[in-house]
Amino acid sequence: MAAIELRNVTKKFATADGGTYTAIEDLSLTVEDGQFCAVVGPTGCGKSTTLTLVSGLERPSRGEALVHGEPVRGIDTGTGFVFQQDAVFPWRTVLDNVAAGPLYRGRSRAEAAALARDWLRRVGLSGFEDRYPHQLSGGMRKRVALAQSLINQPRILLMDEPFSALDVQTRAIMSTELLHLWDQTRPAVVFVTHDLEEAIALADKVVVLTAGPGTVKAEFEIDLPRPRVVQEIRLDPRFTRLYGEIWEALRAEVAEAYARTTRVAGVAS
Amino acid sequence: MIDTPTRVQPDGAVASAPGAVPTPRAASPRRRANRRRLGLAGVRLAVVVALLAAWQLCVNAKIVDPFFWGEPRGVWADLQDWVTVGTSQGSLGDQILVTLEEAVLGFVIGSILGIVFGIALGRIHLLSEIFAPFLKAANSIPRIILGSIFTVAFGFGIQSKVVLAVVLVFFGVFFNAFQGAREVDRNLIANARLLGASRWRVTRDVVLPSAFTWILASLHISFGFALIGALVGEILGANQGLGLLIRSSQNNFDMNGVLAGMVLVAVIALTAESLITLLERRLLRWRPPQTHGGAAIE
Ligand SMILES: Nc1ncnc2c1ncn2[C@@H]1O[C@H](COP(=O)(O)OP(=O)(O)O)[C@@H](O)[C@H]1O
Ligand SMILES: [Mg+2]
Repeated sequence: MAAIELRNVTKKFATADGGTYTAIEDLSLTVEDGQFCAVVGPTGCGKSTTLTLVSGLERPSRGEALVHGEPVRGIDTGTGFVFQQDAVFPWRTVLDNVAAGPLYRGRSRAEAAALARDWLRRVGLSGFEDRYPHQLSGGMRKRVALAQSLINQPRILLMDEPFSALDVQTRAIMSTELLHLWDQTRPAVVFVTHDLEEAIALADKVVVLTAGPGTVKAEFEIDLPRPRVVQEIRLDPRFTRLYGEIWEALRAEVAEAYARTTRVAGVAS
Repeated sequence: MIDTPTRVQPDGAVASAPGAVPTPRAASPRRRANRRRLGLAGVRLAVVVALLAAWQLCVNAKIVDPFFWGEPRGVWADLQDWVTVGTSQGSLGDQILVTLEEAVLGFVIGSILGIVFGIALGRIHLLSEIFAPFLKAANSIPRIILGSIFTVAFGFGIQSKVVLAVVLVFFGVFFNAFQGAREVDRNLIANARLLGASRWRVTRDVVLPSAFTWILASLHISFGFALIGALVGEILGANQGLGLLIRSSQNNFDMNGVLAGMVLVAVIALTAESLITLLERRLLRWRPPQTHGGAAIE
């Protein structure tokens, strides 16, 4: 049984002028247990929306979202979510941020703190327990977010362009660390990004979405060997070949999305 | 994991500035800031002295009539008199305590009610749909008028003043708490829910702290409102308090007495304001320092 299955889902949003806007249409996607799936597509094609359907934050307008064969009804706390923007709690210290999950799940204060310390060590943040998020760099805040999510040992991990705000070097380092952490518990991952290199370097499978309303355009198996070091894998000839292949599929969608926004801008101005 | 470009100095310098100035050298700018603050205080004092002197000189030169406008020397004499001899209504300390008690009670009760109702209506959509029109209507009433009703209904004691102060404080805090609860980052709420928080925990752990930035902003103004409520209540009818003191001075055409009362009220208001700023600093410790509220106008 697949860890995540989206069956012909469509999501429509009500717009301010009373109409509806179709964010994704007839999208089907399967992610196996322990599989790392990257979703790429141009901005605004419905990548974030797809994740909200899997996590239960939103319901599909049509179609079905299944997790471990069960339809998603409401927020599923077995799912971890790492947001694009900072979603760590700015008024809590690093330790309290990471300990939040276990506390909400009924662990005692001491147990939660001990667990949190362990996870902070795993993400390389020992010694920063008492800091507030604003006292950390962007990369460190992302580590807090990762630890906050992984401490609950989710079977499903959803990540929405988690590293997009980081500089290139930090991003590569964080990606390698993510793979390392993922390897310890092997949840099924849906990793949304608009960066194709990042997608190929991380994933077992890359899914290309069409320009909005998003639907699956093509899927590619990434058979690069693991463990991978993100900084170096780009030099692998197989990487270059995959990149060429997938970019061929993605290029048209990016061009389409770009043309659309510039057309709209042109009309508006 | 250790070899990231975002390392942090062991002495606790901010992470984003790996080459931050070490502590010994940081002392110098602080001393300079202290000296600057001292200088500012000196200039401010000079401004006050100059204004008072000009006023007194105008009175002496018969440009300003002290019967209508009072004079600094007379105000000072009245204050001295109240402190040493006492007022017509008893000791000055008692008057201050009564007014303070009314204002603080009104402030605390009004703030708590405002926060509870504001957060509840901000969180529960149905509640806000039902009650929003009533609150808007109530808010449009000139609330000082209610003072007359309360004086008749609750009498000359402390009760009518506290109720008036509560009403004055409530709306400001309520609307800010309501707005604050509405403006909470949706990602933070989603994150808390995914981490397993119940609705109540989301309210307590996410909505309340997030709204506190808004609430604290309103508390600054609210103590002033509470004080106005207490004073107006006393002016409308009371046996004790600074408002009554001002009222009886007015009745005796003693403008110096009115002004002396105002000076005392100003001292109370400023003290309360600095206490609230302290509270704010403590509660908003988690924010980056430059955005601490109340720092812009000290
Ligand atoms: N809550 C919402 N209400 C209305 N429109 C939305 C909402 N969420 C997303 N959209 C629209 O749906 C489209 C897809 O959004 P999103 O999934 O965030 O795209 P992506 O993450 O791929 O950039 C966008 O055009 C966006 O404006
Ligand atoms: Mg997005």
